[in-house]
Amino acid sequence: MDFTDIIISLIKIVVMFGVVLLTVAELVYTERRISAFIQNRLGPNRVGWKGLLQPYADVLKLLLKEDIVPTAANRFIHTLAPIISIGVAFSTLAVVPIAGESIHLFGREVQMVIADVNIGILYILALTSMGVYGLTLSGWSSNNKYSLLGGLRSAAQMISYELSMGLSVIGVIMVTGSLQLTEVVHHQAGWMWNMILQPVGFVTFVVAAFAETNRTPFDLPEAEPELVGGYHTEYSSFKFALFFLAEYANMITASAVITTLYLGGWQIPYLELLGLPTGVNVILHILAFMVKVGFMLFVFQWVRWTVPRFRYDQLMNLGWKVMLPIALANVIVTGIVILLI
Amino acid sequence: MQPRKQDKYNLTFWEKMYIPEILKGMKLTLEQMLKKKETREYPEEKWVPPPSYRGAPVLVLEDNGVERCVACGLCSRVCPALAIEVHAAETEDEKERYPELFEINMLRCIFCGFCEEVCPEEAIVMSSTYEMAFTRYEDAIFDKEKLLTPVEKLRPRLEYLHAHR
Repeated sequence: MDFTDIIISLIKIVVMFGVVLLTVAELVYTERRISAFIQNRLGPNRVGWKGLLQPYADVLKLLLKEDIVPTAANRFIHTLAPIISIGVAFSTLAVVPIAGESIHLFGREVQMVIADVNIGILYILALTSMGVYGLTLSGWSSNNKYSLLGGLRSAAQMISYELSMGLSVIGVIMVTGSLQLTEVVHHQAGWMWNMILQPVGFVTFVVAAFAETNRTPFDLPEAEPELVGGYHTEYSSFKFALFFLAEYANMITASAVITTLYLGGWQIPYLELLGLPTGVNVILHILAFMVKVGFMLFVFQWVRWTVPRFRYDQLMNLGWKVMLPIALANVIVTGIVILLI
Repeated sequence: MQPRKQDKYNLTFWEKMYIPEILKGMKLTLEQMLKKKETREYPEEKWVPPPSYRGAPVLVLEDNGVERCVACGLCSRVCPALAIEVHAAETEDEKERYPELFEINMLRCIFCGFCEEVCPEEAIVMSSTYEMAFTRYEDAIFDKEKLLTPVEKLRPRLEYLHAHR
């Protein structure tokens, strides 16, 4: 690790960060447009071409608002909570590989992943469960009943669904035999995507991912009608915007992880038969990855405007009585199949 | 056909599996997404009200350039919001009286249409104007100059009144 490596890593981080921030901004836009389309409306279409600059107008408006910290709130933790949320949401993307082949720059190989950690899956699981701190702390430090309820709900929900998420990932680990995400993707060459090898695990993981990102039908921590916004009731101005950003960044992270673990990451079936040069391959891989992530993001929003919110007891029933046994059974069946083959 | 009662005790196996039902719902929303949108993009595409619509009241201006109004003051009398003020004066015309001053305060007007109903000369009718936003109080008081509208423009409303009154 010398100076050039650090520079390369920094460049990768900045590029990734920029792309994710831009995507987050446009996700706010697509969310509003898709919701509008589903409800036979048009949605925002005035700011910029087809309304594409709407999220920037929203952010500017939020920046101009007064930043209020309630007198009864714990100022330090109240400020810390959104930082935790957004930090965790962004750092998960560090281990996601976006292209298969390395490119040669400055006389060395540059891998198309920020950090190729050999325990990548564990890193992702650890960080996504860290995300709950942001929500719980914000709920608690606001000193508001509804916020506290929202925070508690998010903690309970995350813990319940973290289990089935981890268990469904175990299936992938058993199939691949590695915790390294680049290995996981390499193992899914051709059509051997984990979605096909692990259909049950795929469904449980996607459902758990919905719960982890607090998206409808699992958006109980912020259930507007009962909790008046839940954990972010007492937030205004840019701290609120940070929670907003974190929610969408979490969505991107979840989509990227689903793509990597189950949809074959950057893999395009039969691309290697064409024998294209490395540069073209890398670009195609990145495009494939982006298309897959984009599709997952669309699914996230599509489901949000289709399915109503679960009741709290239904959520817990589903988590502990349905998801956990199914994920466990999936692990056992995978184990038996691997033993027999 | 009697719709099947949907309680938790008689769901079929596939309904209990959640996922197929959610996929059904997603199919529905996808179909909705591709449908024609109901939104009218207002400032570009304006709504044209039917003749039965009661917009801002206006005075009818005959083709010879004389208003129909004979300044009887009935509209002013019947107006529940006290929005109309009429000052009468004499004229050499056949109708002998004309309104020297005719003002409608559009901030007071409630668009009830009583003035139109009570008018013996069919001189004040409800137009189809619905865009009335003012930045100054004085702008909201419509004088004779603003109220006088050529009879041609009010033809649909007048025909509607003849047909239904």
